[in-house]
Amino acid sequence: MKTKSQLALAPWVFTVGFFALWEILCHVLKISSFILPAPSTILWAVWEYRNQLAYHAMHTLWMTLAGFGLAVGFGLLLGMVLGSSRLINAGTYPLLVGFNSIPKVAVVPILVFWFGVGWVPPVMTAFLISFFPIVVNVATGIATVEPEMEDVLRALGASKRDIVFKVGVPRAMPYFFGSLKVAITLAYVGSVIGEQNASNVGIGNLLTRASAAFEVPLVWAALVVLAVLGVIMYAITAYAERSMTGWAQRSQMAA
Amino acid sequence: MSAFVDIHDVTHVYARAEDGLPAVQNLNLKVHEGEFAAIVGPSGCGKSTLMKLATGLQFPAEGTVVVDGRQVGAPVKLAGMAFQNPTMLPWRTTLDNILLPLEIVEPHRSRLRRHKAEYVAKAEGLLAQVGLKGQGHKFPWQLSGGMQQRASLCRALIHEPKLLMLDEPFGALDSFTREELWCVMRDLHAAQKVTIILVTHDLREAAFLSDRIFCMSARPGRIVAEREVEFPRPRDLEITYTPEFSALVHELRGHIAQARQAA
Repeated sequence: MKTKSQLALAPWVFTVGFFALWEILCHVLKISSFILPAPSTILWAVWEYRNQLAYHAMHTLWMTLAGFGLAVGFGLLLGMVLGSSRLINAGTYPLLVGFNSIPKVAVVPILVFWFGVGWVPPVMTAFLISFFPIVVNVATGIATVEPEMEDVLRALGASKRDIVFKVGVPRAMPYFFGSLKVAITLAYVGSVIGEQNASNVGIGNLLTRASAAFEVPLVWAALVVLAVLGVIMYAITAYAERSMTGWAQRSQMAA
Repeated sequence: MSAFVDIHDVTHVYARAEDGLPAVQNLNLKVHEGEFAAIVGPSGCGKSTLMKLATGLQFPAEGTVVVDGRQVGAPVKLAGMAFQNPTMLPWRTTLDNILLPLEIVEPHRSRLRRHKAEYVAKAEGLLAQVGLKGQGHKFPWQLSGGMQQRASLCRALIHEPKLLMLDEPFGALDSFTREELWCVMRDLHAAQKVTIILVTHDLREAAFLSDRIFCMSARPGRIVAEREVEFPRPRDLEITYTPEFSALVHELRGHIAQARQAA
């Protein structure tokens, strides 16, 4: 069991080691805190600006979750449609891919024209940037139902709808939850981009203002808060994945 | 006695076939009600096409398919199917997998919720018949391949189909498990009086289980020989070691060899 406890310990050792090395290098090489503040300086800044950071972080969290929620609903729906109809799939695929390849930061100005500065652009950016992986994954899961399974059900008189709901959708769930881990990270990127460009609150906006005022420790503190928030959201989706689709994770590789 | 499944002069070409060669050509086949028919042939002879034609998953380009007195123009709804791959849904327990057809087929579909207990009892009865008593709560991936195949047979039978189509159901199993399942199949057929069409590569399997054997030619598939099997029922596995049995298997082998050469 030695390797098992080593495996459990490894992430902690590496993380602590990383920050310790960073701290030591900053002091030994006398790096200016304007270029790269030491972890202790950043931590101090986090504490100093805690109220401000908490307020903006809550806002960012909301924006992300709202955009992500929209993406999940829309992604599931569109994925189901694309997965069950080869015609619609083939027809809309170029459009979808084309749309997805637009960097979403370029769309923010248009969102501002439409909705003005406020909470809508961050939510919309988060949504637009994160729905694509969900659509693709759900569609793939549904479209790859085993032909034999389809035959079994069709020979019983099952409709297309029956097959999609009884087999396709449950079967797509591991793909769906897998895509959520990607989508939540993307949604988060989207909301921060939205806030940076078209909002008066949120960590993104705080970052923009702090960097304009050269408040370097605050910028770094905001980054740390972003990282922590991102990890938490990722962990929650990963947990949801494990608890919802345990049947799909029985391979030795997943253990 | 009129035929329960009557495939008359059927030629079928898949729309996706690149060479435009028919999968089956001038296929004629009659299976009586309650009969256990086996179809043997070289690989790629269109046996699976025949399954799809008989269940209404495909419609013939030429000729007619009549099942239970009606010409097939849509999936027949009275068929159960089992394949070489058990195709159990991994997110459902074995019992829920077996109940799946009832969620599709009327009248069970609308009765299932209110009469759940009755159906569960029936599924458990079937599980006991195939030697899986009390295993229903397990997930299919917790069962061995042979056990999954038994469960797959239960799923094919739960809605009391009048026609059971088996596409090499025991093909992926080791020979001991296969013989065990032959006996399970034999007993199920005796108990349920269902018409069975078994597609197989295994000549001994066909000879042991069936009342009538059809040999198919290589693609495009036709019936090249039809042979009644007269061993009395119930049959014991011991008959597979009798000279008569060997003679029958040998004869079948001759037909297949010919069919392969002709190709």
